[in-house]
Amino acid sequence: MRRIGVDVGGTNTDAVLVDTDRVLAAVKRPTSEDVTSGIVSALNALLDELGGDPGGLDGVVIGTTHFTNAVVQRRDLEHIGALRIGLPSGAALPPFADWPQDLAAHVSGRVVMVEGGHEYDGRPFMPLNESDVRQAAKRFQDEGIASVAIVAVFSPLTSECEERAAEILREVSPDIKLTLSHNLGRVGLLERENAALLNASLRRLAESTTLAFTEALDTSGIKAPLYLTQNDGTVMRADQAEAFPVYSFSSGPTNSMRGAAHLSGLSDAMVVDVGGTTTDIGHLKAGFPREANTVVEIGGVRTLFRMPDLLSIGLGGGSLVDTEHHTVGPVSVGYGLTSKALVFGGGQLTATDVGVAAGLSRIGTSPASTDSIDEPVISWAMNRIHEMIEKNVDRMKVDAAPLPLLAVGGGAFLVPDSIPGISEVIRLEHGSVANAVGAAIAQVSGEVDQVFSGLGREEALERASSIARNRAIAAGADSENLRVVDVEDLPLAYLPGDARRVRVKVVGETVSS
Amino acid sequence: MREITERDLELLATGAWILGAGGGGDPYHSLLAMKRLYSSGTTTRLMDPDDLADDARIAVVSTMGAPLVGEERLTDPEVAARAVQMMEEYVGHGFDAVMSLEIGGSNSIQPFMVAAFTGLPVLDADTMGRAYPEAQMSSFAIGDLRPYPLTLADPRGVETVVSKVPTWKWMERVSRKICTEVGSTAATCKAPRTGREVKEWGILRTVSQAIDIGRAVHEARQSKQNPVQAVVDCEDGRILFEGKIVEVNRRTTEGFLRGSVELEGLEADKGHRMKLDFQNEFSIGWINEEPRVMVPDIITVLDSTTGEAIGTEAIRYGQRVQILVLRAPEIQTTPKGLEHVGPRAFGYDLDFESVFAEVQRT
Repeated sequence: MRRIGVDVGGTNTDAVLVDTDRVLAAVKRPTSEDVTSGIVSALNALLDELGGDPGGLDGVVIGTTHFTNAVVQRRDLEHIGALRIGLPSGAALPPFADWPQDLAAHVSGRVVMVEGGHEYDGRPFMPLNESDVRQAAKRFQDEGIASVAIVAVFSPLTSECEERAAEILREVSPDIKLTLSHNLGRVGLLERENAALLNASLRRLAESTTLAFTEALDTSGIKAPLYLTQNDGTVMRADQAEAFPVYSFSSGPTNSMRGAAHLSGLSDAMVVDVGGTTTDIGHLKAGFPREANTVVEIGGVRTLFRMPDLLSIGLGGGSLVDTEHHTVGPVSVGYGLTSKALVFGGGQLTATDVGVAAGLSRIGTSPASTDSIDEPVISWAMNRIHEMIEKNVDRMKVDAAPLPLLAVGGGAFLVPDSIPGISEVIRLEHGSVANAVGAAIAQVSGEVDQVFSGLGREEALERASSIARNRAIAAGADSENLRVVDVEDLPLAYLPGDARRVRVKVVGETVSS
Repeated sequence: MREITERDLELLATGAWILGAGGGGDPYHSLLAMKRLYSSGTTTRLMDPDDLADDARIAVVSTMGAPLVGEERLTDPEVAARAVQMMEEYVGHGFDAVMSLEIGGSNSIQPFMVAAFTGLPVLDADTMGRAYPEAQMSSFAIGDLRPYPLTLADPRGVETVVSKVPTWKWMERVSRKICTEVGSTAATCKAPRTGREVKEWGILRTVSQAIDIGRAVHEARQSKQNPVQAVVDCEDGRILFEGKIVEVNRRTTEGFLRGSVELEGLEADKGHRMKLDFQNEFSIGWINEEPRVMVPDIITVLDSTTGEAIGTEAIRYGQRVQILVLRAPEIQTTPKGLEHVGPRAFGYDLDFESVFAEVQRT
């Protein structure tokens, strides 16, 4: 497996070439306003390092915050149609019911609710009112709506109503872009609907973005399939990303943790990523970050996206050291580190300065400036920093057995060499481009989350695993090396017939070209 | 009588979810439905039990069913009101107020949805002081009040009246069957009560109690104080354990979500283990294999950082939580009360010992 990984961050665009276990080249370039030219510049720099020839590539994987930013900043979103199938239930809470008003105003074109949907056990709730769907289709067409989200009650159980409605909409408008909510996951109508609505509103942007990425590859003369990373540490093909842009939300921290796992060769470890302002602490299990349990809000909209469970604390290389109150952070000089910190000739005492004074790092342009820091200050400040890291690592760690810890990011030298409950603190070469490495080595996944009734537990789990495997293969995974990374089953209170909700996730390497 | 603001409802939802003891369903959808009604000019009122005449007629309401179904078939205030209207048609008289069967979870908002459509005041009381899985665990059942009639409404126009049953257990069995048939969710109106019955057997001022708990949590979050400690101070409760979830076992037997979670201690509890059993709601907790907390004391699991309650269907491996215990309503700790909701009613051969009695002794 030989891939280029690209991380398009807020400040830098990083690119790396990874061949199986080795990082062959790594570059950092400033991110550009138009995104594309920053990627082109990073790719060109990477090619230069490789003497112009990347060799045979299995793929280029891009991690981007583009779509999250579009929602957060309310730009480049499209006016969409919303078709909810489930009347006469749920009329009091129509689509967009819990959206921030300004975002809803940007996105909500036409909302239609019709009869249909299913019960928890797969019985029809109401027959689909096809003539109402047809009428809605004509209305969307008359109003020039090009993208529609279709959501039916209990569609994760049976997608019949959503599929039939999609057929009718396509009969009326063959070119209409459709987002069917059952493709976006879980039981929980409003949250699944929100994901579908966000996705529908990003379809046009997704199309132009993936086109720009493809053009960036062409300009650099790189010929390889294009992938985008998802928030669960796996990739999707560019054509899939065009249809499901929401899956790229918040993939950055995931890539960083996965990159750290890869660089170290460990699959179970704690990861501490010390940046300029904050430190992210996470727990890798089976090579993936543990997922958060809480409802995730994107731009103020509740969703059920898979997000890594990260603890972010206000400690970084740029954190201000307050000698009066004996505190470090949360205020940071941030991007001003290279002008404001003592070691860069500035006048502010930061965590980096203390680290340099303690002999942990040699960064900076005027190392002698740290001579002015009193010995007791160095000692209590380092103690305080170590204490903050130790305490929060313990909070995030869920296994009692000692685990190794991977220290990455520009401020990794602030992590102490020994931490209670940690078998070994490992500092990684290329740790500062862990994001791009994570993108380069991302896998593909298949997931299922569905209610099964009338089956025994084993049989239900078996059926779920088989659906997840097929989905992973459809997403581009090699069928030879699939592995199950997550299984959860939940018997349903009060429901008869041994009903249970089963969730299975399968991941695998992409098929080599 | 006082007016209930949108802010009161937000606080109520937070407090009621904590009183749910892990069950009762997340009140998020019900709260959202109320906010939409309020934004179009609706208001509701809360009535103190002291203002209730002995011969007043009170409707007792709840949504019955599986919380998971409620995640797809969203709650509808009009259907909640329809169940009450059906009861009026059946018994041939109107009502003076409406109250909730259980304050724990989403049913805390149910009477306000009815109030929004009927204009009735909501009575500051319920029959559980928390959430429980079955109808015979209500204080009206402890008081041996008449269990029938009961109405069930479904938005498709399936409307049922259970006109007579000999016991509360029969009511639970028959109504559960109907509820399952219409998709495991139905708006219900329980047996109507008189003002005298409510004052004698109801659990009074629990709406205000839930609002107070919610206010403590919200204010603590706003001022960056510990929200869990705020609930302890507000309710004179007790934090029994702090830890992370290391194991979750769930199974369904006799139609209930049963199971247990295991915690490994953090901070002061480092080195200790706790196990919590649940039957829809948390029922009993063991520290280092010794039973330390049990029903009817209210056992809740709160996220350590946000103070948000975590339900038994949502509790997961790896969560960092605090186990908070609140006092059971007095009626539930009487010998008759314990028959209905004590450890033996949940299948444990243990005598009830309150966490708070232990505190007084030491």
